[in-house]
Amino acid sequence: MNASLSKLVGGKDGLVGLAVLAAIIFIVLPLGVDIFRLNLVGKYLTYAFVAVSLVLLWGNGGILSLGQGIFFGLGGYGMAMFMKLEASDPITTKIQTTPGIPDFMDWNQITSLPWFWEPFKSLPLTILIILTIPALFAYLIGFAMFKRRVGGVYFAIITQAIALILSILIVGQQGFTGGVNGITDLKTVWGWDTRNDSAKYILYYLNGFLLFGAILLSKYVLNSKFGMLLLAMRDKEERVRFSGYDVSNFKIFIFCLAAMISAVGGAMFTLQVGFMSPSFVGIVPSIEMVIFCAVGGRASLIGAVYGTLFVNFGKTFFSESYPELWLFIMGGLFIAVVMFFPDGLAGVWAKYSHKLNFFKKKSSLTTATAVIDSTKNETVKKTVNEIDVTNIEGVKA
Amino acid sequence: MFGYSMADIGNIMVMQGFSGLSMFTVLLLMALGLAIIFGQMGVINMAHGEFMTIGAYTTVMLSKVATTYGFVNYYFVFAIILAFILAFALGYFIEFIMIRHLYKRPLDTLLATWGLSLVMQQSFRSTFGAKEVSAELPEWMLGSFKPTPDIDIPINGVFVMVLALFVTAGVYMFMYRSRWGLRVRATVQNRVMAGAVGINTQKVDRVTFALGCGIAGIAGAAFTTIASTGPTTGTLYIVDSFMVVVFGGAASLMGTIASAFGIAQAQSILQFFMTSSMGKVSTLLVIVGILMMKPEGLFASKLRK
Repeated sequence: MNASLSKLVGGKDGLVGLAVLAAIIFIVLPLGVDIFRLNLVGKYLTYAFVAVSLVLLWGNGGILSLGQGIFFGLGGYGMAMFMKLEASDPITTKIQTTPGIPDFMDWNQITSLPWFWEPFKSLPLTILIILTIPALFAYLIGFAMFKRRVGGVYFAIITQAIALILSILIVGQQGFTGGVNGITDLKTVWGWDTRNDSAKYILYYLNGFLLFGAILLSKYVLNSKFGMLLLAMRDKEERVRFSGYDVSNFKIFIFCLAAMISAVGGAMFTLQVGFMSPSFVGIVPSIEMVIFCAVGGRASLIGAVYGTLFVNFGKTFFSESYPELWLFIMGGLFIAVVMFFPDGLAGVWAKYSHKLNFFKKKSSLTTATAVIDSTKNETVKKTVNEIDVTNIEGVKA
Repeated sequence: MFGYSMADIGNIMVMQGFSGLSMFTVLLLMALGLAIIFGQMGVINMAHGEFMTIGAYTTVMLSKVATTYGFVNYYFVFAIILAFILAFALGYFIEFIMIRHLYKRPLDTLLATWGLSLVMQQSFRSTFGAKEVSAELPEWMLGSFKPTPDIDIPINGVFVMVLALFVTAGVYMFMYRSRWGLRVRATVQNRVMAGAVGINTQKVDRVTFALGCGIAGIAGAAFTTIASTGPTTGTLYIVDSFMVVVFGGAASLMGTIASAFGIAQAQSILQFFMTSSMGKVSTLLVIVGILMMKPEGLFASKLRK
């Protein structure tokens, strides 16, 4: 294995982890469960995009965003708007007062297509929008917040407020967005029916490949020098800043990247599930996605995928059998993960696999110093180890 | 403007302004507790809304007891005290088993308290049912007060406001005029130093957290006079109260009052002229916008960082 490829997958251990996950997603699950359940798994895997983005942002960057639902929602709504326009051509909607516009607009006495729906008539433009608008939006939020050194709890609260604003806005502007029901009855993409079984398999695999793309991209970012800086920022932000790095720009970049990954997940969600509604945008879904990531292990990309699957299987199982219990379990999970297993499933695995002596490495949630020590990158090493500034936090406290 | 005459606008302003004031009192009571906790340990308590719900359910239950035994006219005083005591006790317990282990990880506290809020919500649902319940209000609290024929001011609103006034004054006295308050402020300013001069900072933390929760309990009691209570009542107010705390500048009593007032009034008045969702959206947007310009909030204490 050459150096850059090894960097991409994260060495031998990383390769084994990826291979096992690939085998589960691409072989075991499609063979093991029927298409209905597989579609459900596909839906969960779209949440895994958000969980992966949170591993970048929160597990490695130390930035807790309680508003990843914003970006998931933007991506999902982008795709939904395209599919809705395709589903409401003038012939199928000829009983409406204004044929050719989505049905909910007609119900709300809107007589022409609003301007911001226009770009969604074209698929390439839609894809472009899904990839750029959420990232742009994240850039605006990130620029305003990180340049002023807003972080921690403040950032979490403000992103949460933005998620709330967006969901209220979507519910309130029924004529433009479909309101609380969301955008429903989505059938085709460029004439291709997304609802039959073969399409569901194709979309499942497409989703899986994109998820792997997102994981590999994230791995690449985390294994680069930037990833090390990110860890250093998480653990001792002031030291990185005093070493001459522009911390805010790194944070903005990672926030934008996380937004883009979440948006892709949102778009895949719409494709597989066939609708998009504000209940995937607001506060509750945003924070639930944080728990997917936390259960899997906040610093582990692959752990995030397992965490998402694990929590969602649990959710489906309990809400089918014991709906009363589910909120207790979910709440208990939040508390237990935070208090007793801060490294999540990945942490448990690292502990036990260490005991079984399969792998000799320790948990992936190592401190920045340890990671930097283990590398040969002299510049960063100098930054963190030699320039020993007074402990800023101590002074503040 | 909007097809109303000037006199109408005046009356609308007074009445919407007053309904804003009722919301202001609930927000203020919620935010006072949150601000104390946030100022003290830099932690935002996501389960704060559920502590309010505890207070609300306490009041509702007590009102049921009161109607059976016929002391409806003055049960409310007991309800406030009981709501405070219950929320305080639970807060004390939660701090002991959960929060104190997480002080070094404020973001994790946020998640853990969110988990707590889910558990509490489901407990409410299992105990009291999913349906909203409302308290039996004493007769003197019903009806309204009319300074002019076109203006209608509900008496329960006036009552809640007076209550909020007392609680705010009480918090002020506690924080700035008592030994306990002195210890709390010392711990906020410099935890290590406060510990060095013999303040038991752990105990201060615990009492402060419990006190914040207790005040949320009072907010719940006040809440029952203006709306009915359900298992998810608390969550409706939680983001608003966060915004009040952050917008006002953490740990500033004046800031909390001013921002609670501003946010409640803006929402109430805008909701009349626009749809209720747009009123809320525009208020929140303005707050987020201002916070982006001025992240430390309106009345931040001048601290060297």
